[in-house]
Amino acid sequence: MSGSHSQLAKKAKYKTTIKDPGTPGMLRMTLEKFMFTPQNPKSANKVDMEFRFIKGQKHTKEDPTKEKPPPALLNLTDRQGGSYIFQFDNFSDLQHCRDFVGKVLSKSGEVSERPTVTCADEQLSTAEMELRMKLLQEDSELQKLHRQFVIGGILTEAEFWATRKKLLDREASKKAKQRVGFKSAMLSDIKGSSDGRTNKVTFSLTPEIILQIFAEKPAVHRAFLSFVPNKMSEKDFWTKYFKAEVLHSTKNAVAVAAEAAEDEDLAVFLKRDVILENEARRKIRRVDPTVDMEADEGDDYTHLPDHGIVREGSKEVTESQQELYRRNLSQDINRHAAVVLEGRAVDVELEDTRAIAEALSRSKQVNGESDKDSNQEKLDRISRMTEIEDLHNSHDLPLAPLCIKDPRDYFDSQQANALRSSGDLLPGNEQIKCNLSTHEAYGSLRDSISAIKRGGLKDPIVKPEIAFQVFDALTHSISTTKYNIGRNPQESILDTLPKKTKEELLHHWTSIIELLRHFWSSYPLTTTYLYNKVSKLKDAMSQIYRQLEDIKGTVQADFRHQVSLLVRPMHQALDAAIQHYESDMQKRSAKSGERPNGHT
Amino acid sequence: MKFQIEDVTVYFPYDHIYPEQYSYMIELKRALDAKGHCLLEMPTGTGKTIALLSLITSYSLFKPESPIKLIYCTRTVHEMEKTLAELKLLHKYQKEHLGAQARILAIGLSSRKNLCVNPRVVAAENRDSVDAACRKLTASWVRAMAAENPNVPTCEYFEDYERAGGEALLPPGVYTLQDLRAFGREKGWCPYFLARRMVQFANVIVYSYQYLLDPKVAGIISKELPKESVVVFDEAHNIDNVCIEALSVSVRRQTLEGATRNLNRISQEIDRFKATDAGRLRAEYNRLIEGLALRGNLPTTDIWLANPALPDDILKEAVPGNIRRAEHFLHVLRRLVQYLRGRLETENVEKESPVGFLVSINNHAGIDQKTLKFCYDRLHSLMLTLEITDTDEFLHIQTICDFATLIGTYARGFSIIIEPFDERMPHIPDPVLQLCCHDASLAIKPVFDRFQSVVITSGTLSPIDLYPRLLNFHPVVSRSFTMSLTRDCICPMVLTRGSDQLPVSTKFDMRSDPGVVRNYGKLLLELVSVVPDGIVCFFVSYSYMDGIINAWNDHGILKDIMQHKLVFIETQDVVETTLALDNYRRACDCGRGAVFFSVARGKVAEGIDFDRHYGRLVIMFGVPFQYTLSKILLARLEYLRDNFQIKEGDFLTFDALRQAAQCVGRVIRSKADYGMMIFADKRYIFPNSFSITLTSKILNSLIKG
Repeated sequence: MSGSHSQLAKKAKYKTTIKDPGTPGMLRMTLEKFMFTPQNPKSANKVDMEFRFIKGQKHTKEDPTKEKPPPALLNLTDRQGGSYIFQFDNFSDLQHCRDFVGKVLSKSGEVSERPTVTCADEQLSTAEMELRMKLLQEDSELQKLHRQFVIGGILTEAEFWATRKKLLDREASKKAKQRVGFKSAMLSDIKGSSDGRTNKVTFSLTPEIILQIFAEKPAVHRAFLSFVPNKMSEKDFWTKYFKAEVLHSTKNAVAVAAEAAEDEDLAVFLKRDVILENEARRKIRRVDPTVDMEADEGDDYTHLPDHGIVREGSKEVTESQQELYRRNLSQDINRHAAVVLEGRAVDVELEDTRAIAEALSRSKQVNGESDKDSNQEKLDRISRMTEIEDLHNSHDLPLAPLCIKDPRDYFDSQQANALRSSGDLLPGNEQIKCNLSTHEAYGSLRDSISAIKRGGLKDPIVKPEIAFQVFDALTHSISTTKYNIGRNPQESILDTLPKKTKEELLHHWTSIIELLRHFWSSYPLTTTYLYNKVSKLKDAMSQIYRQLEDIKGTVQADFRHQVSLLVRPMHQALDAAIQHYESDMQKRSAKSGERPNGHT
Repeated sequence: MKFQIEDVTVYFPYDHIYPEQYSYMIELKRALDAKGHCLLEMPTGTGKTIALLSLITSYSLFKPESPIKLIYCTRTVHEMEKTLAELKLLHKYQKEHLGAQARILAIGLSSRKNLCVNPRVVAAENRDSVDAACRKLTASWVRAMAAENPNVPTCEYFEDYERAGGEALLPPGVYTLQDLRAFGREKGWCPYFLARRMVQFANVIVYSYQYLLDPKVAGIISKELPKESVVVFDEAHNIDNVCIEALSVSVRRQTLEGATRNLNRISQEIDRFKATDAGRLRAEYNRLIEGLALRGNLPTTDIWLANPALPDDILKEAVPGNIRRAEHFLHVLRRLVQYLRGRLETENVEKESPVGFLVSINNHAGIDQKTLKFCYDRLHSLMLTLEITDTDEFLHIQTICDFATLIGTYARGFSIIIEPFDERMPHIPDPVLQLCCHDASLAIKPVFDRFQSVVITSGTLSPIDLYPRLLNFHPVVSRSFTMSLTRDCICPMVLTRGSDQLPVSTKFDMRSDPGVVRNYGKLLLELVSVVPDGIVCFFVSYSYMDGIINAWNDHGILKDIMQHKLVFIETQDVVETTLALDNYRRACDCGRGAVFFSVARGKVAEGIDFDRHYGRLVIMFGVPFQYTLSKILLARLEYLRDNFQIKEGDFLTFDALRQAAQCVGRVIRSKADYGMMIFADKRYIFPNSFSITLTSKILNSLIKG
């Protein structure tokens, strides 16, 4: 028994994704970590993970009603959003594991989660945490870096994110702009629950639903403002409201009318909404004239009563007394859709019904004022709509929006095109001035700048030819190498390398950038904290340095030259950093010789 | 672009032209040259309106010595706005190329309700109350009173307009209703009366069918239009129905009760006048002896709706002696109301010819045909004499007099049908007496006779030889164009079975089958989840739509649909429908996507466009046949069979298919547009022999054209 408390072993399949058929093997769990050893020792799917990185677990539920039981799956998610999915043979195994993980996780939760985290600002809200997780999930490169440096202990979480404030802000601001709208479900879909024995029906209301009721039924809104709490309690109010709703659902206008006659307060909910009708009359004046059928009613002389042929539908049942209480589904649907479309003007984190009601009436007043000035817009819209688009020559110049996702592709393709076209032209007439020397290009730019100085800004500010020259000169050297080597202009040097090498190089490159960014931003070393950080960074850098050397050494002879070309700038950057570090260290040790009470 | 059609230079405001637009213009020009009528069919989405406007205005520019006036009739006010917007575009182009020579005056014309700018008047709820509110401020006697007593309210806009006199003119340009209102507000002139006056100066007048077809309205507004006019009826596939409606009246219990109240009120007024101003009544009597039902030149503000009978049929003779005196006339009306009340108390459906009815009135109420014929004008005269301004209160007695005049004037082409209750709700007594016109050619005849060219055009006029028979005219040009497509921008489909392979139909015995309802729901649900932006659904009737929506709501299908798109529904309340449409468009504009449920013969199907993203898919649930048990329809079918040798079944199918084709045609506006059309009923595939040709023709015209 006690053994099963401290560790556990079950047969399971490890799945990298849900759809993955899975690698069969053994799952072992201890209080500190869990390990998965595949049956086939050659399989790469080994897992060895410490529980402290695990955030939570999910699992499938047994459903005895279904003929084919769902697979027993356990999904452990780590803090970076990665997940480890195990499939068990049966649900009892799953339950054991689930309980075990639950225990371990709750224990580790008691202890400080991460000893490496020391900064004070690490008290993150869950929202921030979620945001970071989301970012990591969306960007696998970022996730790799995070795993390498943060989990590897080189950088702290805070340091890692500090350089990515912009990313965080952008995500956050994106979120703030989009407001959650109303639910698309109708109010009538709020079904009460009855206990089956008595005639009692219980409705549960959330602030969300209340806001929706108020928005869709202004009469209820007004009634609430005037009745509660002076005349009746909030509970009574809603009881009345739902009583009215239930009455309406019987679709018996006569009964509704009778009830309304008895109870004056109830009648408020049962009658047709007068506010809505007034609002409709106000809105109709702003309607697009090309859909304004109401204007038609005012024009068409066959709409005289009793003129024309009685068509189906034009017959109205005019029992005015009951008509007041008749409500039909179509109206409700239209009203609902209109409210959903209008969107929510009130942010409801308000718990108090009264606060909701007041916030709504405030927002309505604001809306009322912003009605004007829509006339011009209406006219514009009509004239836009009347034009037959395809009979016009297109007025817009053929401009393709510039969208550079990966600068490498752009420069490569531009250069290749430029070179090719100039090459084609060479035997012909004089060469177009696109292969000028850097000097010439620079000269023409200077000329145009001085021209601007003399004459002020014109349109276009810079002549396109000059811009092209400069641009061309600047980018020329970037990919000449590539052009000289690559036979196919669409390929870059990287593409010619074996895939593994290419990926490694790219990864190292991003790692180096990340490290260097932290490294240089740490200077001058004013605190011990920075001092420690820099030394950690330096260690990591020298490690990468060595790894790069290794790549250079192991790569096939064909590619060695190219790889070394690629690696050189990385080495140079690292060299510079390490050199700086060492000279700084020397200075420091010299200083600390003088002042033994320096940084310790 | 600018090009020649024979001798005429046509100014067309676009850089390109569809080939069918060009051939359309050629045919149209032939008709104008021949000074004859024409019938042109061209599918929606090919720019008919602009082709029409462009050719006719260019034609008129080409012959400045005898400029022709264009009278453009649309079915609805919103179509009028659309037409004027296109005309604006054209006018701008022509002005750029021709300068001052291209100047035209084009106005839209509508009722006071849509043109009034006086806030006190326009606040009234419906058209009739706006009319009455206007009269209360502008009637000649009110103004005369106000001249003596400054406390009597008048309309400052009308007063300013009157003061400006002949100076009050619209500068050349194209004026939509909104522009007219804006101009009126700016100048302080009444836009309604200004527009009415400008009708005689305008080169282009855009107004609705009724202004030409309904004798009551045409008699006051379109009276003075010159023969050298081109009349265009756009979207005219339903023109026969409009003609028929213009001459039909129905009488109910409420009408009779209201009429009795009106008569009591008139009788009080007569007594009052007898006591105070007996001279007026005597003057009226003398005028009536002279044979003038109405005083010659009434001030425009006093003009009421004109005689419901067509101008050619109105007798120019003295009013019969027995109704010259106000009391006597009142007596006649009371007897008439009494007689009609008696006729309504029937238990069976009765159908009678006007002749038989006249005999019966003469026997039971002692009113002869000639007296009946003069009822309307006599009432009008009496109300003017009595200086009644709240005309909206007197609509009931007006209806009765309309009825009397029509029945006194026409012996054929009409029938009288009395139904004690609605067929579908036999337990609710709701008697109605209807005078229904069957002959569409009656109302349109004066138009054909009066104007040199009448153009009837629409997207669906198939079979094109039927319209000349229905409307009884001889077109010089009758052509049907197909649409040339460079790409498949429409995709019509017929769906006969639901997802469970059971046939779907709105046939009477199948429509309430839960399987059909469910299949229709499933179909829509699947489509809303994949089709972007707007979807329009047409149902065969309001009651069917209500039923199916309730069923979908109960089964949770509606909720699922709402997960994908917002749902808007056409209701019988016009205000609500308008707002729903407006919201629907906004939902499509903002990318939320929406579904609009509409009715095939409803107001929306009659001219709201669901072009571009407003309609990427249209589903026609069922075949929109008319309610075939309707007594009126049966009477009309019988008339058509006897007089035009049109078989009942053929006419019904023709009518249903033109509706269906119109509904689905709403989704495409130009060839840059695209959309899918689904006809969901098994009968679209297995119709009887006649409809095969027709369906295929319409579908073909849709598919190819």
